[in-house]
Amino acid sequence: MTAVSDTPTTTTAEQPPVVEPPVEPPVGPPDKPPVIAEDRPRELGGWDTDMTMSLWGSLVGSLALVWVLYEKVLAFSGSLGFVVCWYVAFLLMYAGVTKLGNPWVVVKDRLSGAVVTGAALVVALALLSTLIYTFWQGFPALVHPNFYVEDMAGVRPTAPLSEGGVWMAIVGSFIEVFIAALFALPLGIGTAVFLTEVGGRGSMFVRTVVEAMTALPDILAGLFIYVTLIVGLGFPKSGFAAGMALFVMMLPIIARSAEVQLRIVPGGLREAGLALGASQWRMVRKVVLPTAKAGLATALILGVARAVGETAPVLITSGASTFTNYNPFRDPMNSLPLFTFSAVRSGETLFITRGFGAASILLALVLLLFVVIRFLARDRGTRR
Amino acid sequence: MTVIIDSSASSAPPDVPREIDPGLSRGDRAFHGTARAIGMFVLVLTGSIGLFLGYQAIPTLQRYGFSFFIEHDWQPELDRIGISSVLLGTFEVALIAMTFAFPLGLLTAIFISEYAPRWARPTLVSMVDLMAAVPSIVYGLWGFFLLQPHAIYLSRWLHQHLGWIPIFQVDTDPNAASWAQSRYTASAFIAGICVAMMVLPLATAVMRGVFAQAPIGEREAAYALGSTRWGMVRSVVLPFGRGGIIGGTMLALGRALGETVAVLLIISPAFDIKFRPLEVGTETTSALIAGRFGEATSAQLSALLAAGFVLFLITLATNTIAAVFINRSRSGSATEI
Repeated sequence: MTAVSDTPTTTTAEQPPVVEPPVEPPVGPPDKPPVIAEDRPRELGGWDTDMTMSLWGSLVGSLALVWVLYEKVLAFSGSLGFVVCWYVAFLLMYAGVTKLGNPWVVVKDRLSGAVVTGAALVVALALLSTLIYTFWQGFPALVHPNFYVEDMAGVRPTAPLSEGGVWMAIVGSFIEVFIAALFALPLGIGTAVFLTEVGGRGSMFVRTVVEAMTALPDILAGLFIYVTLIVGLGFPKSGFAAGMALFVMMLPIIARSAEVQLRIVPGGLREAGLALGASQWRMVRKVVLPTAKAGLATALILGVARAVGETAPVLITSGASTFTNYNPFRDPMNSLPLFTFSAVRSGETLFITRGFGAASILLALVLLLFVVIRFLARDRGTRR
Repeated sequence: MTVIIDSSASSAPPDVPREIDPGLSRGDRAFHGTARAIGMFVLVLTGSIGLFLGYQAIPTLQRYGFSFFIEHDWQPELDRIGISSVLLGTFEVALIAMTFAFPLGLLTAIFISEYAPRWARPTLVSMVDLMAAVPSIVYGLWGFFLLQPHAIYLSRWLHQHLGWIPIFQVDTDPNAASWAQSRYTASAFIAGICVAMMVLPLATAVMRGVFAQAPIGEREAAYALGSTRWGMVRSVVLPFGRGGIIGGTMLALGRALGETVAVLLIISPAFDIKFRPLEVGTETTSALIAGRFGEATSAQLSALLAAGFVLFLITLATNTIAAVFINRSRSGSATEI
């Protein structure tokens, strides 16, 4: 990250001033030959026998205790309750065992470590279960090749999974996001260039408004387009309207992250360009934008990844077709999140499976975009 | 400055100081103009959305006056429209979401930045970022199909054992032989957990980003004074990251308030003023809009837009507070070579 050095002055104002440690290692060769042993850093994360034994002992001991009490003596049931009781018993036992041979400070340290790690485990399990569950439920639909290439036109709701597919939703998602990106990318980068390179009157105001609009709930972007474009101008519910809704949602995101990316282009590069006699526009085009290329691509993909998964705006603006529609200006157009939403709400078992299949494709798409972002970011990291 | 000569006295042409700043070339003037035009266009476009929502809300507010905020029912056919129950539901779901997301997000952020082994940190950081990019519909599916069948048992347990506290009450008998499962489904509680899942990665990512910037010197100083790891976290990382904690929480809250699809999938609409989150039925502003825009007449659309405008003002306020706190703890200055 950039410029860590000037952060403490802003955030730690209430704290007593802390003397910065010297940059160089302070221990130089003293005048007299040293009699003490060589300095060694304190072990922080080391695992000695005491730690290992008290941790594993408490884990196993509390498990056994809770199992006897919970299942045999008190005859409770439910796996969630069991895990919670185990965890609480473990914390108590761990604290007790640690207290036997350590001061309170160490007890507090170990307990907090156990709590922090436990919470992180819960979060990791919950988040991973989301991904795995979606793919697991969608798997029956995903194994059929027709699921990727056919549409749902004329397919009965009770038809087996070997009929019909989500091609129309894939096409629709692609077209809508393309339309959104087509408008949002130049405007977003243009705004970022205005904010970082030109500035001047009004730029603070533009920045404030753009930042504020990232707060716009996604449903309101859809409602705005619905009221202006569809109700007001009489546009049909179509892929274009959905693309516009996504554009409205995406523009502040791209503009803001592009601005961040342009801001971290080193000022020295700009000055070097100007010192060579380039006009400012030439400098921006030949120096700033190419330097920030990877970052700008990240900004775009960030916006696309967000837009492709948005359900609420397309729910309002695009309508849902069962047939493949390549024309964004006429007729309803389906998209992956919208298809997922309507499929799981239908209540038909097979349709729900199709919905999960579409959600899996969507998830895979987001994963793919994410890997691309990481790749671009890493590329930039190595070049610097 | 140049020397000022009284030029009116002499007959020679007046001395004009040399222009030191040559100004912009024609190309650069065009560049500035274009960039400024784009900026202004985006300003007008994005700003007009907020103004438009506000403008569209005027007829509704004129028609219903202040009762728009007091009335709890949403029955356009009876001409009774109000958002008090909807706003209550919006806050209810968001608050439940934050009760789960705040402690879990904070602890996970501490874990990633302080406790995880060094080699695992980049992986964990990108995992969190990835989870933040997962579409909300996926979390909705998770909440509806995986969470709900299990969460109703938790709801019932809470009702059984803590039912004497008003917020854990449900209008049914929890100890009946065949207990009414449907009374516990589609509740604000379950929607709240689902939204918590959705906003958790966002909160974690923001908090972790700030924790990671806690100055190394102060960390080392704490260790040098003999602090344990937790002692260091409590005395250095948490005070330093307070802005990030508040900012991340507010950002997550703003997202939770505006979430549509996950909530729409789970809840069943109900327009009562009640604070019994375990019980079936609630309504949030965005779910109301998504559910009602289709059959809405223009008057009803205006009412929905008014509700949306109120929601926008609320999320705008939370995000602005979040931005203030996050910017205070994060530097935006340029990198130098």
